[in-house]
Amino acid sequence: MLAFIIRRVAQSALVLLIVGLVAFSMFRFVGDPIDNMLGQERTQADIERLRVQLGLDQPFPVQYYKFLEGAVQGNFGVSYRQGRPVAEILLERAPATLELAAVSGLLAIVLGIALGVFTAIRRNGVMANVIMSASLIGVSLPTFLIGILLIYLFSVELGWLPSFGRGETVRVGDWWTTGFLTPSGRAALILPSITLGLYQMTLIMRLVRSEMLEVLRQDYIRFARARGLRDRVVNFRHALKNTMVPVITVIGLQLGAIIAFAIITETVFQWPGVGLLFINAVQFVDIPVMAAYLMLISVMFVGINLIVDLLYFLIDPRLRVDRAGGH
Amino acid sequence: MTDHPAPPKDLPKDPSRLRIALQSDFFYSFRRSPVAVVSAVIVLTMVLAALFAPLIAPTNPFDPASLNLMNGFTPPSTPNAFTGDSFVLGTDDQGRDVLSTILYGMRISLFVGLAAVLFAMVLGISLGLLSGYAGGWTDTVIMRAADVQLTFPSILVAMLIFGVAKGVTPVEYRDQMAIWVLIVAIGLSDWVQFARVVRGATLVEKNKDYVAAARLIGRRPGAIMMRHILPNVLSPVLVIATISLALAIIAEATLSFLGVGAPPTQPSLGTLIRIGQGFLFSGEWWILFFPAITLLTLALSVNLLGDWLRDALNPRLR
Amino acid sequence: MADPVLSIRDLTVEIPTRHGILRPVDRVSYDIAQGEILGVVGESGAGKSMAGNAVIGLLTPPAHIAGGEIRLNGQRIDTLGPRALRRLRGKDIGMVFQDPLTSLNPLIRIGDQLTETMLTHLDISRKEAEARAIAALDEVGIPGAARRIDSYPHEFSGGMRQRVVIALALCAEPSLVIADEPTTALDVSVQAQIIALLKRLCRERGTAVMLITHDMGVIAETADRVAVMYAGRLAELGPVRDVLTKPQHPYTHGLMASTPLASRGQARLHQIPGAMPRLDAVPDGCAFHPRCPAAQARCTASPRPVAQDGAAACWFPRIKQEVS
Repeated sequence: MLAFIIRRVAQSALVLLIVGLVAFSMFRFVGDPIDNMLGQERTQADIERLRVQLGLDQPFPVQYYKFLEGAVQGNFGVSYRQGRPVAEILLERAPATLELAAVSGLLAIVLGIALGVFTAIRRNGVMANVIMSASLIGVSLPTFLIGILLIYLFSVELGWLPSFGRGETVRVGDWWTTGFLTPSGRAALILPSITLGLYQMTLIMRLVRSEMLEVLRQDYIRFARARGLRDRVVNFRHALKNTMVPVITVIGLQLGAIIAFAIITETVFQWPGVGLLFINAVQFVDIPVMAAYLMLISVMFVGINLIVDLLYFLIDPRLRVDRAGGH
Repeated sequence: MTDHPAPPKDLPKDPSRLRIALQSDFFYSFRRSPVAVVSAVIVLTMVLAALFAPLIAPTNPFDPASLNLMNGFTPPSTPNAFTGDSFVLGTDDQGRDVLSTILYGMRISLFVGLAAVLFAMVLGISLGLLSGYAGGWTDTVIMRAADVQLTFPSILVAMLIFGVAKGVTPVEYRDQMAIWVLIVAIGLSDWVQFARVVRGATLVEKNKDYVAAARLIGRRPGAIMMRHILPNVLSPVLVIATISLALAIIAEATLSFLGVGAPPTQPSLGTLIRIGQGFLFSGEWWILFFPAITLLTLALSVNLLGDWLRDALNPRLR
Repeated sequence: MADPVLSIRDLTVEIPTRHGILRPVDRVSYDIAQGEILGVVGESGAGKSMAGNAVIGLLTPPAHIAGGEIRLNGQRIDTLGPRALRRLRGKDIGMVFQDPLTSLNPLIRIGDQLTETMLTHLDISRKEAEARAIAALDEVGIPGAARRIDSYPHEFSGGMRQRVVIALALCAEPSLVIADEPTTALDVSVQAQIIALLKRLCRERGTAVMLITHDMGVIAETADRVAVMYAGRLAELGPVRDVLTKPQHPYTHGLMASTPLASRGQARLHQIPGAMPRLDAVPDGCAFHPRCPAAQARCTASPRPVAQDGAAACWFPRIKQEVS
């Protein structure tokens, strides 16, 4: 098991290095950093000084190494647009996105699994078919339209919930701000988290359903039925367990996707998170912010993937034995 | 008595291809599924409407000469207070006919979607064939790249590509290039599925005896692979392509909605929705509503078609 | 003789398709007495397994029982509801599947699979179930049963897994076991052991066995009586000696002549011309007539001959031919 973990960690590190290379290449080759940092009145001496200062006179691998070194220490340079350190801006925005993603993710996983199991077991039932049809609409409905629809219904027409922003937030610790502790913060969270979670929920539900139908066709399920086990035991003890093995990987990916999809939701609701920051960066070609966001999100994805792999071990005994070299 | 039952007598001796197609199980299950028929009709209608938009649309919304600012914010099917002009679906803030902008927008949405899927398909099939056939190093590099890319949601990949492309394009060309950049960005973010399916099929076929036999008689195995593998993966590729089309249309709309896609000078459905969102609070709902419904209908129909196609081509699920 | 454990009368299974109704099992009748092993033979697609699935109530829709009756220990079971059928499965009828590699849930310890089965059907404590699980594994010849109880299926070989499957089928002491090709997926060297084990356990307990197989050798060694199936119909039914040495039905005869039984020492194996018809193209009259060397006009017309115990489904059985 230890060997497996080490291998996975090494693979993750490799992925991060590659992403880092992509981010650095963006940094280095998209637009001229010196152009971006110096105004119109610049002398050749200024340019040379900045080149040396930024290390642009050094060979590419050295520059890349320096970039990684900076990245590990949280130094991503200065935003072209805001003129402040990127790390500072990201840190300020991170809590908003993380809180939104956590609520949406929870919503998507819990409801997604429950509905997926329900529609698989009652595959020919009326209710299951209604849910499946609705889910197809859910998949076809772009996230931003869901958001607009919810705003129109609950903010414009009914006036129950706020249509933008985070509401009132409370500072917790050094840099974390939370919306959980104030009524307006909680109210502001409702529509965005439904918007963000709905699509992922549909995906998880459809996946759980199709995996479970596949499992229900397996011999060991037929054998479990042939042994007269109760439906509840067959469905939830035997089938659900086997269903979850492939589903867990995808759920992990979906959690990562939620953080990325937050870009859309944050734009619709003007939610002050890193997603909104990123989309503005793309619009204004603010490369340092784009690169930093890319690195940040990769670290999250890779971390989630690593956790998922470890969960695999807990669920599937075949892996535990085969990879540990016990047999 | 042979292994197979004699064909039914009412079949003509040498049925034409059309007849074979019409009598196939595939077409049978198509006719039996009202959902599939309805969505196919809708998709076809929308494609035709988009194709012939310049002929159908009441006005050309991008011809400044035909616009009258006085016509701005005309509600649907109500004569304008100043000019007396009436528009079926109303007008936007600049007096453009919403129906016309939708028809032209659909053109761009469908074009970007189809072109992106085509791009992803060609790229994915080529890389899949190469990966499966060459094996070794090539395979490892391609499949690792696919894995890394799959870790990231395609919409994010598309945004990054868009952002970088925007960065390297001179400002004055940005609007013109936007559509092509969109196609490349969405296409590049979506090739992996095609590559995986084709690679899997290639690995299976590669080791079959007929490939060895073909090598023995001096045929180029590459050509043989193309002829034998592509037909084998036709149905999964078709299913993936249909579902990808729905995803590509949504991705395009999303990017345009976020302001990193089709520019206001060439608005797609997503751009129209972006424009319309601004008027939601002031009560001009139609500027947003009709493009949104169009987009939803299009995406849903393509998705339903893809869903049906997947079930119809996968005998296991029948 | 007492009531048979299993009694099937005119059992018909139908599958509606768009091309018409298929009958994978068509008016099949046979009995199995206590402690008796009935071998059911036939080619793949002859309806052997389908009949077994009908008995245990595990037909996959749209397949369903369309006629006839099934009695278990005198009680009619084909009309039972799903709940009653569920209680019957495992408790009164055990089942052994073909492939032991796929019939055990890979994520659940075999001890847990055994105890959950017993706790479902028997009124015993968990502790007692665990003790019985160890005894059951011991009985099917798994060394170190007390230790192996916590193992997962993948830690066993194919043969060992089939022993576990047998233990699972028998753990609630059913009166009937349906063994569907229990050795087909196993190595030849293991097959004989598994068959011997199944035979011994069922003899000891007086369990009736429906042994579904296409292996004539297994039938000859194991079965008391044999039912030969062809195209969903019963071709012949009788004591194993009679059917094997004096087959009445031309199909059984052809089948015997094409089986390389060691005792025969024939130089050349016989072949039956043609192939079994597909279910959507079963001919009128006797299903075998297009391939039958002795077919006559009557064989091609309805009604078809129906087999009974000791009497083959043939208008012109071979015994009579030899006599005349």
